Amino acid sequence: MENLIIGNPVVPGSAQGQVLAADEPISFWGGYDHLTGEITDRRHPLSGQNAAGKILAVPFTRGSSTTTTVLLEAVRSGTAPAAIITTGVDSFFALASIVAKQMYQISLPIIAITMAEFSQLQTNANLSIEKNGEIHIQ
Amino acid sequence: MNNNLDGRLLPHFEYNYAMSLTLTNKDQEMLDGTHGRAVQMAMSILVQMADVYNADELLDISAAHIDSTIYIGESGMEYAERLAELGARVVVPTTLNVSGLDEHHWQEWPVPNEWASNAHRQMLAYQSMGAVPTWTCAPYQTVYRPVFGQQISWGESNAIVFANSVIGARTERYPDLLDICCAITGRAPAAGLHLTENRAGEILLNLVDIPSELEEADVFYPVLGHLVGKLAGDRIPVILGLGTNPTSDQHKAFGAASATSGQVALYHMVGITPEATTLETAFQGKTPRFSIDITMADLISAKHELTTDYGSMLDMVALGCPHFSLDEFSNLVQLIEGKNKNPAVQMQITSNRDMIKQAKSLGYYDKLARFGAKFTVDTCILATPMLGPEIKTLMTNSGKYAYYTPGLLGKNIVFGSLEDCVASAVSGRVVNDESKWKI
Repeated sequence: MENLIIGNPVVPGSAQGQVLAADEPISFWGGYDHLTGEITDRRHPLSGQNAAGKILAVPFTRGSSTTTTVLLEAVRSGTAPAAIITTGVDSFFALASIVAKQMYQISLPIIAITMAEFSQLQTNANLSIEKNGEIHIQ
Repeated sequence: MNNNLDGRLLPHFEYNYAMSLTLTNKDQEMLDGTHGRAVQMAMSILVQMADVYNADELLDISAAHIDSTIYIGESGMEYAERLAELGARVVVPTTLNVSGLDEHHWQEWPVPNEWASNAHRQMLAYQSMGAVPTWTCAPYQTVYRPVFGQQISWGESNAIVFANSVIGARTERYPDLLDICCAITGRAPAAGLHLTENRAGEILLNLVDIPSELEEADVFYPVLGHLVGKLAGDRIPVILGLGTNPTSDQHKAFGAASATSGQVALYHMVGITPEATTLETAFQGKTPRFSIDITMADLISAKHELTTDYGSMLDMVALGCPHFSLDEFSNLVQLIEGKNKNPAVQMQITSNRDMIKQAKSLGYYDKLARFGAKFTVDTCILATPMLGPEIKTLMTNSGKYAYYTPGLLGKNIVFGSLEDCVASAVSGRVVNDESKWKI
C-alpha cells in the first residue's frame, strides 16, 4: 500500500527516510541542536526527538531569523534532516538549502504541500521524495 | 563535503531561476559577474530566493539590518568570510545585529577561546563590508531608524516586526544570510511585506474586558505578544480593543514576544499603529476571515507558559531583551533607588555600545553598577556562551528571553515584571506580584 502526494519542490532533490511530524511551527534557533540534531524547543511536541537524517515535517518556521544559519550549520555538521516538508513555501528553510548547496554542494530538499496532505504524514512512516516533488508514503 | 586541496570551498554559482522573474539590465550584470564576484554570489542567492518568494521582479531598498552577525558555528563564519574575500561592500546604509562576542568583556565570562576567535572573525568580516558596527538587535533605537513607507531589508525577528508595525517601514521577514545579499546588491524580491496588498490584517484578535490598569503596565505586553504569536501563527494579526497607547518599549516587548511564539512580522493595533487608523484600514476593506476573543483567562494562562520553574530560587536576573533603551535604564534606576542587591543573585543588563555610552553620560550606568548590576555589550546571554553551569535559574521581564532560555541555554526561567525582577534581585528569592493577573 503506497500513497502519493504531489508536492511543490521549493528546493528540489531526492531523499528517503522516516518522518518526524508535528503540527507546531518551529524555530531552529533555540529549537534545534546543530551539534546533535536534537529538537530542543521544550515547548514543542517533538522536544527530545532527533531529526538528523530524518524527514522533518512542520507547518512553518516561527521566531528567529537565525533558523537559517542553524540549519546551514547542521548541514555542514551532518546533523540536518534529510529533507524538510512544510505547509506552504517556507523561505527560511529554502534559503538554508540554497546556501548549503552553494557553499558545501550538499542537497537538502524542501517540499511544500497542502495542510490536508500534511495531515497524512504520520511520524515513523517511511517516505521517498523525488526531484519532481513527489512524496511516496510507504 | 566537496573540499578542494587547501581545505577551502570553491565558489559555486547557480543560475537557475524561474522565467517569470524579470531582471533589469543592472540586475543581469550583477548576476553575470560584471560587478565582481561578491555581488555575483549575492545576486545568485537573491534570484533563487525571488523564485521561492514567487516574485516577478526585484525592487530597490535603501537600508539593511544584518542578523547574519549572530555566530552559531563555522558555516556562518565561512559564509561571511567568503563574501568578504570576494570583495563584498554594502551599497545601502547597513546596521549590524548583535554579535557572538562582547569584544571587551568576554574574558570575564566562561566564553571558550575558539568561540571568541571565530565569532570575532565573523564580526570583522561584516565590518569589512562597510556596515556600521551598531551591534544591536534594536536598530530602531539608533539614528538609523527607518521612516514610514521606506523599503528596507531587515533581519532579526523583533526588529522586523517593529519596523513594519510601529514605524510602517516595509521589510519582508528576512532570514540570516539573505539580509546581507540585499545589502550588497541594494535589491530585494518584490514580494511579501514590501507590497501594500500583502500588508492587510488576516486575523482579528479582540481584547475583551481587560482592566486598564493591566493594559498600562509594561508586563502586559510580552504576555499579550506571546499569546498573539501563538494565535496568529503565520497570519497578520489585528488587535482591537486596546484602551491605551503603548510606549515604544511596550511595542518592543510585545513585538519581540509575538515574533518568537509565532511568525509575526507585522501587526496592526486599531487606532494605534500607522497602517491601522481604523479596523477597515487594518484589513484593507476586507472582512476578517478569522476572529478570536482574548480574555483575562487566556492572558493568565499565557503568562504561566512563560515560566518553567515555580520554585523560589534564582541565580540571575537578565534584562535587556531586546536591547535596553534609555527609558528602560531610567525606569530601572528609579526602581533600585535606595536598595541593595542580594549578593546571591546576579543582575545582567544587555545593550549595545552606543546605548551604554549614553547611559554612562546620564549617570544611569554608575548607579546600576553600584547596585551590583553587570553589563553585556553588543551581544546577549542567548548569543554568546557566557553563563556557566552554576547559573541554573534566570528571571526576566522579556517574553523572548523567557521563550528561548530553556532551549538555547538549558536553564530554567521565571517571567515577571521589571518591578518583580528588582524585588527578586533585592530579596535573593523569586518575588512575583500576581495582583494584576486575577479575574
